[in-house]
Amino acid sequence: MEIASQQVESHLHPKPSFDVADFPMPTGREEVWRFAPLPRFAELLTEPPTDFADIQMTLQAPVGVTLSTLGVGVGVRGSVLLPVDRVSVLAAKVSQARHIRIADAVRLTEPIVITVTGKGERAAEHIVIESGVASEAIIVVEHRGSAVFCGNIEVVVKDAAKITVVSVQDWAPDALHGGMHAAAVGTDAQYRHVMMTFGGDAVRIQNSVYYTGSGGNAELYGLYFADAGQYQEHRLSVDQNAAHTTSYVDYRGALQGKGAHTVWVGDVFIRRQAVGISSYEANKNLVLTDGCRADSVPNLEIETGNIKGAGHSSTTGRFDDNQLFYLMSRGLSSSEAKRLVIQGFFYDIIRRIGIAELEERLKTHVDAELAKTIDRAETSLCPPPLPEQLRHEAPQPQIEKQE
Amino acid sequence: MADLIIRGLHADVLTEEGSKPILKGVDLTAKTGEIHAIMGPNGSGKSTLAYAISGHPKYRITAGSVTLDGVELSTLSVDQRAKAGLFLGMQYPVEVPGVSMANFLRTAKTALDGVAPKVRSWPKEINAALELVGLDATFGARSVNEGFSGGEKKRAEIAQLHILNPMFAILDEIDSGLDIDAVREVAEGINTYAAQGDRGVLLITHYTRILRYTKPDFVHVFVDGKVVQEGGQELADLLEVAGYERFTRGHA
Repeated sequence: MEIASQQVESHLHPKPSFDVADFPMPTGREEVWRFAPLPRFAELLTEPPTDFADIQMTLQAPVGVTLSTLGVGVGVRGSVLLPVDRVSVLAAKVSQARHIRIADAVRLTEPIVITVTGKGERAAEHIVIESGVASEAIIVVEHRGSAVFCGNIEVVVKDAAKITVVSVQDWAPDALHGGMHAAAVGTDAQYRHVMMTFGGDAVRIQNSVYYTGSGGNAELYGLYFADAGQYQEHRLSVDQNAAHTTSYVDYRGALQGKGAHTVWVGDVFIRRQAVGISSYEANKNLVLTDGCRADSVPNLEIETGNIKGAGHSSTTGRFDDNQLFYLMSRGLSSSEAKRLVIQGFFYDIIRRIGIAELEERLKTHVDAELAKTIDRAETSLCPPPLPEQLRHEAPQPQIEKQE
Repeated sequence: MADLIIRGLHADVLTEEGSKPILKGVDLTAKTGEIHAIMGPNGSGKSTLAYAISGHPKYRITAGSVTLDGVELSTLSVDQRAKAGLFLGMQYPVEVPGVSMANFLRTAKTALDGVAPKVRSWPKEINAALELVGLDATFGARSVNEGFSGGEKKRAEIAQLHILNPMFAILDEIDSGLDIDAVREVAEGINTYAAQGDRGVLLITHYTRILRYTKPDFVHVFVDGKVVQEGGQELADLLEVAGYERFTRGHA
């Protein structure tokens, strides 16, 4: 079976490289940087004078899991994650990467939890997760504290493995976070990635997936909540480069307060050899107040029409009047009704994960975020009586064929 | 008695083209302990009456009054009307993905009672109400109305009626889209609620079918935004035979 090289020939993506010089300081005119408020990212984009400061990292790993470090270019490090921007290449230069190796056929019942706590300095981490054949694991990376953080997560999903990676951005309000997550999904393997971005000043993460065999499945879920002044950018890239693979991307965001800005860019490439694949990407944004901006850009590049399906949808709007009326007609106040609708908007994604313990953990994060943001900002949650629904939906595949 | 008293009610529907008058002076008194039916042809404004009384943002009361137990509803917010004892069973119940029925009803019950329902007895209460209307216990964990069939949505409305047990229920075309067995079960659900003796029911329908199982004490014929005739069960029987034509002539 033919597997295309990982070098995606796409006008949307810069060529990957391990050389910082290939990614000069962005000016804002580059496609991949056109949304970002560059002055705020400045500190993240400059090369550190020396190596990065250490970051406090705690890790609980059960039996069947080996923890070690990998130097640049050692082992699988650098085989999957090919940096596509200046931040990810800086993180890829970290002298020692954390290496989490799950042995073949090991099935973990408890999640591996990695807590990254910033200490207010510039910091970088490169985490390599290497799963064995037919292994099963959940890896949760929780980012906390304050930092100017370059972070990469590189995931090798071996054949028939079932790997779930969760990245929670629960940073202090002044944190900056950039970097890249990348996974290679093996034959008949299942990869699930959950991104949860609530904290930080500015967060910009590239999340990429490709396949190393047929029959692999990738599900990429995202939840984000931008409060006043927060910038959150999630860039998805699914390289559907092998036959009979499937991918499903679903990102949900809520925005509230002046200057809240979110960006979602979803790219799916369906290669010539990727026959029989199916793919769908969706992004929904719930705009809670005036003064927010949600950018949503679904892209689909298709080189073969011999597929099961490919589609995308993007919706950005305010509360649904009918939902609020229905809930309020049962006695819920306007604020209770809105809270429930937002909670449901996020829970709707979480329930797809199908791992009860993880679902509860993520729900706890959502509830904590809503308690912090919605309850506090309640007085400002006053949409006009007849909010205008901005709606663009494309449930049917929108296919641009490239011959 | 906690009566629903509607006097000279005028209401507009707000559309993108502007507002359009629908209710043109509704007078109606429905006492608790009684079952009232409003019958009328399509487009006569029956649903508008239900929405206007409940405070839907797309409808605006322009004149008149509607009081429940002496409390003027038209100036209250939607949730305050519910707290005043009003319940609206909707023709098209709304889906709320990601919000479980149990969580929703628990939040609603807490809002109405001012205290959270008892953790121990609450699941039993939910299950009993679901069972009463022919829904199994799994519906408690499902998202509000999401993926329910038309009939399941209507049954779930009646289950909510039982759990929240308001002073007065307006049920808007609760019988539409139901097969004959479902009509009977929904009607029995309404009867059980009404049998408490101190609750009010205003049943809006354009078919007499459900009235075979839920016997109204009073029937109000609704045409062109107002009540044109009132009577007892015999009026429903007459409509069954003769239709609305004798009332609509000169209006259409």
